[in-house]
Amino acid sequence: MAIRKENGRIINGYPNRRADLRKHPRVRETIIQALLFLAGFVSIFTTIGIVYELGKEALLFFRTPEVNLWEFLTGTSWQPHIEEFGVLPLALSTLITSSIAMMIAIPLGLTAAIYLSEYATERVRKILKPTLEVLAGIPTIVYGYFALTFVTPLLRSIFGEDVVEIYNMASGGLVMGILILPLVASMSEDALHAVPNALREAAFGLGATRLEVALKVVVPAAMSGIAAAIIVGISRAIGETMIVAVAVGAGPNFTFNPFRGAETMTGYIVRISGGDLSYDSIDYNSIFAIGLLLFFITLTLNIISQRIVRRFREVYE
Amino acid sequence: MNANNDQYVLQTRNLSVYYGDFKAVTDVNINIPRNKITAIIGPSGCGKSTLLRAFNRMNELVPGSRVEGEVLFNGQNLYAKDVDPVEVRHRIGMVFQKPNPFPKSIYENVAWGARIHGYRGNMDELVERCLVQAALWDEVKDILHRSGLALSGGQQQRLCIARAIAVQPEVILMDEPASALDPIATLKIEELMQELKKSYTIVIVTHNMQQAARVSDYTAMMMLVDEHSRSGTVIEFDETHKIFTRPSDKRTEDYVTGRFG
Amino acid sequence: MSRPNIFEDNLPTRQKTASVWQLIFLSATVVGIIFLSTLLINILNSSFGYVALEARVPPETLAVNGVPLEELPKEELVRLLQEHLSSGAFNKLENEKPFEKRSRSEVYDLVISRIVKYKVVESWNLFESLFRADEIRARVAEEFPEAELRFMSWLTVDTIRRPQSSEALLAGMRTAILGSLWTIVITIIVAFPLGVSAAIYLEEYAQDNWINRLIRTNINNLAGVPSIIYGMLGLAIFVRSLEKLTSGAVFGLVDPTTANGRTILSAALTLALLILPLIIINAQEAIRAVPQSLRRASLGLGATKWQTVWWHVLPNALPGILTGTILAVSRAIGETAPLVVVGASTAITFDPTSPFSKFTTLPIQIYQWTARPQGEWRHLAAAAIIVLLTLLLTLNATAILLRNRFTKRF
Ligand SMILES: Nc1ncnc2c1ncn2[C@@H]1O[C@H](COP(=O)(O)OP(=O)(O)OP(=O)(O)O)[C@@H](O)[C@H]1O
Ligand SMILES: [Mg+2]
Repeated sequence: MAIRKENGRIINGYPNRRADLRKHPRVRETIIQALLFLAGFVSIFTTIGIVYELGKEALLFFRTPEVNLWEFLTGTSWQPHIEEFGVLPLALSTLITSSIAMMIAIPLGLTAAIYLSEYATERVRKILKPTLEVLAGIPTIVYGYFALTFVTPLLRSIFGEDVVEIYNMASGGLVMGILILPLVASMSEDALHAVPNALREAAFGLGATRLEVALKVVVPAAMSGIAAAIIVGISRAIGETMIVAVAVGAGPNFTFNPFRGAETMTGYIVRISGGDLSYDSIDYNSIFAIGLLLFFITLTLNIISQRIVRRFREVYE
Repeated sequence: MNANNDQYVLQTRNLSVYYGDFKAVTDVNINIPRNKITAIIGPSGCGKSTLLRAFNRMNELVPGSRVEGEVLFNGQNLYAKDVDPVEVRHRIGMVFQKPNPFPKSIYENVAWGARIHGYRGNMDELVERCLVQAALWDEVKDILHRSGLALSGGQQQRLCIARAIAVQPEVILMDEPASALDPIATLKIEELMQELKKSYTIVIVTHNMQQAARVSDYTAMMMLVDEHSRSGTVIEFDETHKIFTRPSDKRTEDYVTGRFG
Repeated sequence: MSRPNIFEDNLPTRQKTASVWQLIFLSATVVGIIFLSTLLINILNSSFGYVALEARVPPETLAVNGVPLEELPKEELVRLLQEHLSSGAFNKLENEKPFEKRSRSEVYDLVISRIVKYKVVESWNLFESLFRADEIRARVAEEFPEAELRFMSWLTVDTIRRPQSSEALLAGMRTAILGSLWTIVITIIVAFPLGVSAAIYLEEYAQDNWINRLIRTNINNLAGVPSIIYGMLGLAIFVRSLEKLTSGAVFGLVDPTTANGRTILSAALTLALLILPLIIINAQEAIRAVPQSLRRASLGLGATKWQTVWWHVLPNALPGILTGTILAVSRAIGETAPLVVVGASTAITFDPTSPFSKFTTLPIQIYQWTARPQGEWRHLAAAAIIVLLTLLLTLNATAILLRNRFTKRF
């Protein structure tokens, strides 16, 4: 080896670039890096697009003489054809369906998470975790079908057909809870799983039972992760569309009775845009106003949950 | 550049290395002679790996790290503005503490680096030559297309050495290359280094005093600057036999005779 | 020598509470599984069962010389059509496709749909049909003496192959399935390279400065935006503002049937934006899982950043990236709400032929069928759900297999 022909063009098989350490322009590298950066930037354009388009149309909506912001936020009647634009009926039914959903998803999701993380044997976990993932992967329209053709008839046979309407918030909310359950369970399970084993061993070493370790040591340690899971669940419930579009109803209705039909914000957007929609009509603009509201609510929830998660990370890393 | 410097491949001038605000290595001035083996020894955490990585700008991969002073490679400052770190690492190769072959075939492990540098010669020949030099050829010549990960730890480390020499560097930096290996594999690597120093300059970090004494021609002794700081520096640099028999620094003597800390 | 016991002897009670709770935890998990099974059973239950059919012209009356309708040769069937249809209607059929070129079974279907004209007067689910068959028979005999009771599977090769129709008995899913395929392929073509590039940028190139932090936070936030919002974005940008592009006008490729920008392309771009954050996040994770030692080995040889990424990081992250992409794609396949907003067509009966065709997809078809009040459409919706879930299950299984197969590499 080491036979170098310094003056030849090739040294030991390598093209002779002289032992020169200076930078030569690497055009390919630069172009590739620029392209990759642009790809990363697409997401920023998406956000700008959402805020700009929704904001623009919403502005047109609030500019029309029939609408004013105060009535929009406080009015209890949404009847575009007689020029009443109060968002409360839509917001209330979103609130009711989401609350019902969370009443299912939080307790069931958390207990399932604790079971999976603290009790289940490796074999059981290997079966159950994918089952949860499968549940989470079923399209929401299928859940909507389930709500309409199974849960609603069930509710009606339990509470009576004159109490429960064919389209009702209870059925939609319940099924939404089932939809969100795996999300809450799987995110909470991740949080519980991330608690260092040393903590568990310390508690076991003091003679604590498994339950005491789980509830008094692990769950508190994972609390912020669990809180984040719940918040993400809520945000998911508020934005959920197909279940409510199919099972909850097709007309705004200001009511607290979960067995009555009503229309959520998302349900309204789907119904209006699914019909014959002409641009620049008040209907067209109104769905963007409601969409913008929806966007800000869910965005706030997501940001809160990320804040919580980040604080949680700092504790353990 | 005076002619005297020709015998040194690497020279540091007031070299300090920082991780963020933390100065891990302070003011190192050493000259590393060509075609010799130089060992860097010292207690854990005194900055041996940091100094070694500063020699081929691998320390730059740690976000927030920074270098003051100069490292001259054949008289040229590696940290000058117009120097390309990619080019530097081509000329100054590295073998890591844990063997890290690519999850590719043995053949590809050796050939890949040569290929990206535009090697125009006969690839089969090059692979064979490098594996022979790395004392691995006889063991793998029939399984060249098996995954590099299927080899034993010692074989993997020799594969990594073969991979490093395939791009024809002038210097090979080795960070505790034998610490993860058993005594027999270690011995093989040590013999291999004696062979390699005919063509390359080798700088090796080791925790093993005997190893340093056995294989190296020169030794750099590193130590924390004082008890109060976590920053390390080279307190003594000399021919190995002097370091081990007549060190001029008391701390070196304590350390090499095992009376340290 | 026993030590004084300063502790309450509470272990038995503690153990008891513990086992009670363990049971509660287990049952919550079981409840989840019960839900899943109920959901599946409910769908199977709706996909099969008795139907009571009333014919406008009972098939018995169409027998010729004692040969029943089912056994008549093609020529006789054509003659029946000629006899029973107005000459205008008959000629129209002839013009669409000459009878000579139609197969016997095609002509037979025409006789059934144009002359016999079955109507579903009532339908039952599988369990009812199995366990209360006598009751059903008695009721049909009493209420619909004319009707024919038939056990029917709503999910057949025919229902998958037939195009959409306004008659439940003749409606099929082909239009919707093809629409889904077209849409998803374009979605993947757009979202996969974009998403993986963005992930590479964020993991391998991005320094820790405000703009990259902004991109990161933004991607996490986008992943939580309700899908319907993406629909509205798609409606405003792809359908409306970029109508020229999405309708194919700039390429001179306008599909004659197209409804302005409400095309497969608009739908696919919308879905691509929707799953982009998911692909990025999953790909980032996969890239992060590639051991640092591999990058160091490559860079230590004097490879450039891109050489390192292309030859070492990507190949080793690929299984993870693919798994994540498959999961994101299955999300896109099942999405309904954003596509309704973007403007899926309510009733198209012809197959999509280009990115600029009008679109409908399987989930949208399910939605529209479910939303109809007549029971027979619900059965059809259930059958379509089975098709959709089978498709998704296959994809998910592939993803899980990929993941399990490649996790233990280092
Ligand atoms: N990536 C890093 N970021 C921040 N500080 C680091 C990093 N790597 C090393 N250090 C710090 O720099 C100092 C020197 O570390 P280095 O790894 O160079 O020591 P070493 O002499 O090689 O030790 P050992 O013998 O244990 O390998 C230590 O105080 C260490 O904590
Ligand atoms: Mg070290």
